[in-house]
Amino acid sequence: MSDASVLHALAVAATRIPDAAGAAAAATSVSDATPASFGYAAIIIVTLTTVLVGALAVRLSRTTRDFYVASRTVPPWLNASAIGGEYLSAASVLGVAGLILLQGAGGLWFPIGYAAGYLMLLLFVAAPLRRSGAYTVPDFTGARLRSRSVRRATSVLVIVIGWFYIVPQLQGAALTVSIATGLPPWAGSVAVALIVGVIVAAGGMRSITFVQAFQFWLKLTAVALPAIVMLVVVGGRDLGVAAATAFPAALGPAAVNPYATASLAIALLLGTLGLPHVLVRFTTNPDGAAARRTTLITVALLVTFYVFPTTIGMLGRVFAPDLATAEQADSVALLLPGRLVDGLAGDLLGALIVAGAFGAFLSTSSGLVVSLAGVISQEVAGGTVRGFRVAALASTLVPLLVVLMIEPAGLAGSVGLVFAFTASTLSPLLVLGVWWRGLTARGALAGMLTGAVACAVAVGLGVLRVPGAGASGDGGDGSGGLGEALMGAAPLAADWAPWLQAALAAPAAWTIPLAVLVTVLVSRYGGGSPPVDVDRILARLHLPERRRPKPQ
Amino acid sequence: MSPSALIAFLGGALLGALGVLLLAAGWRAIRGGRALATPAERATYETLHLASRAAGHLRGGLAAGDPARAAKALRQLLDADALALADPHGVVALDGPTSLQAAAERLARAAADAGSTQLLTADASIDGRDAVAAPIRLPGREGAGSVAGSLVAFASPVRPPLVRAAEEAASWVAAQLELAELDASRAALAEAEVKALRAQISPHFIYNALTAIASTITTEPARARELVLEFADFTRYSFRRAGDFTALADELQSIDSYLQLERARFGERLAVQLRIAPEVLPTVIPFLSLQPLVENAVRHGLEPKEGGGTITITADAEGAFTVVRIDDDGVGTDPEALRAALAGRPTVDHVGLRNVDARLRQVYGDDCGLVVETQVGAGTLIVMRVPRSQPENDVQGVRR
Repeated sequence: MSDASVLHALAVAATRIPDAAGAAAAATSVSDATPASFGYAAIIIVTLTTVLVGALAVRLSRTTRDFYVASRTVPPWLNASAIGGEYLSAASVLGVAGLILLQGAGGLWFPIGYAAGYLMLLLFVAAPLRRSGAYTVPDFTGARLRSRSVRRATSVLVIVIGWFYIVPQLQGAALTVSIATGLPPWAGSVAVALIVGVIVAAGGMRSITFVQAFQFWLKLTAVALPAIVMLVVVGGRDLGVAAATAFPAALGPAAVNPYATASLAIALLLGTLGLPHVLVRFTTNPDGAAARRTTLITVALLVTFYVFPTTIGMLGRVFAPDLATAEQADSVALLLPGRLVDGLAGDLLGALIVAGAFGAFLSTSSGLVVSLAGVISQEVAGGTVRGFRVAALASTLVPLLVVLMIEPAGLAGSVGLVFAFTASTLSPLLVLGVWWRGLTARGALAGMLTGAVACAVAVGLGVLRVPGAGASGDGGDGSGGLGEALMGAAPLAADWAPWLQAALAAPAAWTIPLAVLVTVLVSRYGGGSPPVDVDRILARLHLPERRRPKPQ
Repeated sequence: MSPSALIAFLGGALLGALGVLLLAAGWRAIRGGRALATPAERATYETLHLASRAAGHLRGGLAAGDPARAAKALRQLLDADALALADPHGVVALDGPTSLQAAAERLARAAADAGSTQLLTADASIDGRDAVAAPIRLPGREGAGSVAGSLVAFASPVRPPLVRAAEEAASWVAAQLELAELDASRAALAEAEVKALRAQISPHFIYNALTAIASTITTEPARARELVLEFADFTRYSFRRAGDFTALADELQSIDSYLQLERARFGERLAVQLRIAPEVLPTVIPFLSLQPLVENAVRHGLEPKEGGGTITITADAEGAFTVVRIDDDGVGTDPEALRAALAGRPTVDHVGLRNVDARLRQVYGDDCGLVVETQVGAGTLIVMRVPRSQPENDVQGVRR
C-alpha cells in the first residue's frame, strides 16, 4: 500500500479522527515552535504590508513628465513575479517539504509538476489565450465556441475548482497559526478567510499585480534564507544517523510506482493550464509575445523557488523524523529552524517562515477569490459592483465552511487532487479550443461532464471508507509502511484489486484521455458543428499582433 | 466485501441514474399529457416546434447559418424522404442519401431559373423517388435578386399535398431569410453608427494648439519644436484609420501629448495627477473614448476657472471591469444642462461627452454608459466602466 499512491495516502488521512496520541504529538510540537509573540508579529506584519501594498502601490504621477512611466504596461518579469506570488500556495511553501519528509523521492514529483506545468502553459496556451482577449476561462470558452451553455458549464467548474483550491489554503493557515501562536486551528482559517474576503469585497486590492509580486519575493526569502542558514549550521555537524536510515532505498527514485507517478505528473502538468487565477494574470500582459516571455520567466522563478522547500524536506528527513506523520508532516518547515538553529536566530527564522506561509495563504486565496468573484458576479449579477462584493464574500465563506467541517489532509495531496480535477475538465477544453478547429459546443460539454464525473467518482471511491479497526503505527522511521500508518479506518477500496485501487487513487492518467476522447468523438459525430466564424476566431488566437510602438 | 462493494456501488449508481431518467420521463409525460390532448393539437405543436427549430438554424442566412440542421427539420416537417436546400450557387445542405446530390443540384437550378415549381415524377424518378423543387422567392422583390435559392423535397411518390406543402415551406424559408438579412443589415447599421460616432478631434483644439505653438516660436524655439513634435504624435494617433478599439495604455499616451499642448497655453494653471493600476493598461477601450473626456474637463472645468486647477485620472480593476475616473476641481456644470446634452438635445457644449457615451452604450450595452457627477462650483467626476474581457473587440496597433 505504501507505494500505491501519494494521492491516496493523503486522501486517506483526510478523514482520520485524531486520537489522543495525535493530540499529544501536536502539543509537544508547539514547544519546538517560535515564541507566540514572534508568530503574532510575523502574521500581523505580513497582513498589514499586503493591505498597504494592495491599496497604495498603484503607479502615481504628479507631473506630466512621468506620465509615460505611469501608463507603461507591466514588464514580463514583474508579471512573472506576480504569477509566482499567486501560484505558490500553502502546498508549495509547506506541503512540498512535508511530502518529501513523508514520501522521499516520490514527493519530488510535486515541485517538478508544479513548475513544469508552466512549460505546458508556455508551449500550448499562453500566447493564444492572451490574444483571445478573454479575461476568465468562461470568457474564453464562451467566445471560442459561441455558446452560452459552454460558458455556464465552465463557470460552474471554475467556481467548484476555485472553492476546492481555497480549502487547502485555509487548512494551511489553520496549521500555521496554531503552531505559531498556540491558538486553536480554526482561528487561522477564519482569520485568513475574513482578511481575504473583506479586503477583496472592499475593493482594497487596487493593484493586485504589485501585491502578488511582493508576495513572491517574500515567499522566496522566507523559504530560501532559513534553508541556507540551516544548511550552514548543520554543515560541520555529525548527522548522528546513517544516510541509509534517513534516505532508504525503498523511498528512492527507483521505488516509485510508475502508474501513480505518471498519473500525478500528467495531472500537475495539465492542471496548471486550467486554474482559474492563472489566465486572469495574462491579461496584464500587453500582447501574446509578452505573455510568452512572462511564462518563461515564471518557469525560472518557480524552479528557483522549489529548490528550497525540497532542501527543507531533505533536512527534515535527517533531523526531524518524528514529524513524519500525516498530521504533522506539513509543519516541518515551520518547526525545523527552531530545532536546528539555537536562540534568537532560530526564532527569527521560524517567524520568517511563518510570515512566508501566511503570505502564501493570503496571496493565493485573494487571487482565487478575485477571479471567482469576477466569474460569479458576471454569471449571476450581471457584473455589478455590489454583485462582486457579495460574490467575494461567498467565495471565502463556502470554503471556510468546508474547512471547518472536514479534517485536514496533506496540503500537497489535496492540491494534487484539485489539479487532477482541473486537468480532467478545463485543460482538455482549453488545449483543444486553441488547437483544434473541429471542436463543437456539444463536444466540449460532453468532455467536461465526462471528466468531472469520472474524476469525482474516482476520488469519492478512493476516500470512501468503511468503519473498522484501523491499523496504527508511529511511522516515525519513515522507512515504508507509511500508507498503513496513515489509515485510521479501512478504506472501502482496501480489498479491491490493486490495479483498481491505483486507478481510483490516481485517476488523472485515465480521466484526462477519457475526457479528450469524449470531446473529440462528440465533436465529430455528435451532430453539432463548429461556430461558423471559427476561422476568424482561430486566426485571432494564433496570428501575432502587430508590434506595439516602442517608447521614444 | 471487495467485488461485491463495487457491484453494489455501480448498481446503486445505475439505479440512481434510472430513477432520474424515469422522473424526467414522467414529468414530461405529465406536462405533455396536459398540453397535447388531441391529435390535432399534437400535430400543431409538432409543426410549430419543427418550424421554430428550423428558423433558429436559418437565422444566419443560408451561407452563415446552419442549413444542414435546417434541412433536417424541414424534411421532418414535410415528411419527405430527403430534402435539399440550395442557394443561387448550388446545393448547400442535403438531408438524405448523397446519391441524390446530382439530381438535387439539377432540380434546384431548374426551379431557380424558371422561378416556378418543378416536378420530377414517374418515368424520370431517381432510385424510385419522385422530387419536387420549389424556388425560394423573396417577397417584395423583382428581377435577378428575387430568387434566393430553392427547396427540393424527395418522396415516393410525390403527391399534390406535398407539392403544396413544399411551396409553402419554400415561402416560409424565404421569410426566414429575409429576417436573416434584416439581422445582418441591423448589425451593419450598428457598426456604421459606431464608425460615424468615432470621435473627431475638435477643430477648436487644433486652433488653440497652433496658436500656442506660434506664441513660443520666437521666444523659445526649442520648446516650440518639442510642442510641434507632440502635436505630430497626437495627430498621428488621432487620425489613424485602422481599428475602432485601442488599448488604455495607448490612449493614455495620446492624452499625454494632448495635455502637453494644453499646458503650453495654461502653464502652471493646469496640473495633472495620474493613479493607474498597471494591470488594467492593456484593457481594450473604444478608440478616442478617453481623450474627449479629458478635453471636456479642460474646456468646461478648468478653462473658465480663475487660477486653473487639477485633473486627476485614475484607472482601477474592479472585478471583471476596468474603471477609469476623470476628476477635475473646475467650475462644474449644471446637472440639468448636462443631462439635456447627454440626452441628445441640440447643444454646442459637451458634444464629445455625448459622443463617447453613445459609443460606450452601443458597444457594451446601456449598463456601461458614462456616469457623471457634477454641480456648479463643485467640479466634475466622469466615470467610465468597461469590461476587461472583450474577445469580440480587437486592438489595432498603431504603425509607427
